Amino acid sequence: MDPKTPAGTLQASAADASLLHELVEYLRENRGELRELWAQRIGDAELLGVMTADEIFSEVTAVYDNYVDALETGSIETLQEYARSLSERIIRRGVETHEVLGIVLLLRDVLGRSLLDKYGGDRDLLERILDAYEPAANRIAVIVGVSFVEERERVIREQQVAIRELSTPVLQVRERLLILPIIGAVDDRRARQLTEQLLGAIQSHRARVVVIDITGVASIDVTVANHLVQTVEAARLMGASAVITGLSSKIAQTLVDLGVDLGMLTTVGDLQGGLEEAERLLGYRDAEVEPADDSEA
Amino acid sequence: MSVAILRTGDYLVASIQSDLSDPEVLALRDELLERVGRLRALGIVIDVAALDVIDSFAARALCSIALTAKLRGARTVVVGVQPDVAIAMVHFQLNLEPLHTALDLDEAVALLERETRRKRPDGG
Repeated sequence: MDPKTPAGTLQASAADASLLHELVEYLRENRGELRELWAQRIGDAELLGVMTADEIFSEVTAVYDNYVDALETGSIETLQEYARSLSERIIRRGVETHEVLGIVLLLRDVLGRSLLDKYGGDRDLLERILDAYEPAANRIAVIVGVSFVEERERVIREQQVAIRELSTPVLQVRERLLILPIIGAVDDRRARQLTEQLLGAIQSHRARVVVIDITGVASIDVTVANHLVQTVEAARLMGASAVITGLSSKIAQTLVDLGVDLGMLTTVGDLQGGLEEAERLLGYRDAEVEPADDSEA
Repeated sequence: MSVAILRTGDYLVASIQSDLSDPEVLALRDELLERVGRLRALGIVIDVAALDVIDSFAARALCSIALTAKLRGARTVVVGVQPDVAIAMVHFQLNLEPLHTALDLDEAVALLERETRRKRPDGG
């Protein structure tokens, strides 16, 4: 192990160092040719379909240079940084994991073949060159692949947070009347979060009635159904009545089939009916509707 | 015991200021029930807004106060349950149905007035 090699770098034994140096020289000399071959192989394999040939070529150049640098210096930080920023750019354009792994492995293939061509005459030397080259190349492939996946996960996490924040508004429609429209899939975690938000809003708005509208929920499971019942009960303990509206026939059927205890729930068919019920609970009386006689005349 | 029991009109108001030990909860129950009889109260308001925790023992005691007081002619309303406390109480799986609840003291008194007016045709 080269004592000057800092931690977190590609490992190369002292014997390999000179070979690796030779290898790097070779890759530098043939940069143009190998780069084009690689880009061509990417095109043939129909990878990176969302990018133009020029874009692919410029990324290929950058990756190639970083790759050779990483082989030479043993330092992976620059390559890692580049892989991360590359991932950030291409993820937004819809590049898939298999494409990224594919192009990295193609580069490995291209370089491996070219080494075979050059050193094929000397079997022994070829073996030693490959011994030096392969671990480093594999390590680089792993770094690029992992960077891509990590970046993707980061984007997914960000989006999850954004969706969670957007997903559950608690709206005040009248003095002491709140609406909680629930849209989309409800899992255990979201159900818990909905409960917390609703109870918090009951306290801060001094709500006496809350209408929970689940028109936008396609289906719920037994955990979520029980959670809904518990939320209604918790709201009641705080002194607020809950009215549930917009149960689809499918959900209603599910609740009955699951045997969820629905005795506590006040349910109304749609949101309009729910608001009317809520206003009745709040003590508003229906305005007498004047018969529209004169408009008909 | 850190519970002040006040009387206002026909109602008793018990304001719990800090977490109660189990014996204190029982003492509160006995005290309230005794006063309901002595003062001929029609309603009890128990304010738990200051409590961050209501354990299952206290929750059961509140139910028991509500049921017993009802037998002696008084309605019980619990006010000021905090969101976290409400969630925790629901998870005890107790039957909390006997417990009437309201958001605050005003609401509780309004609720009691609606409930007790029915029992006194001349009142209200």
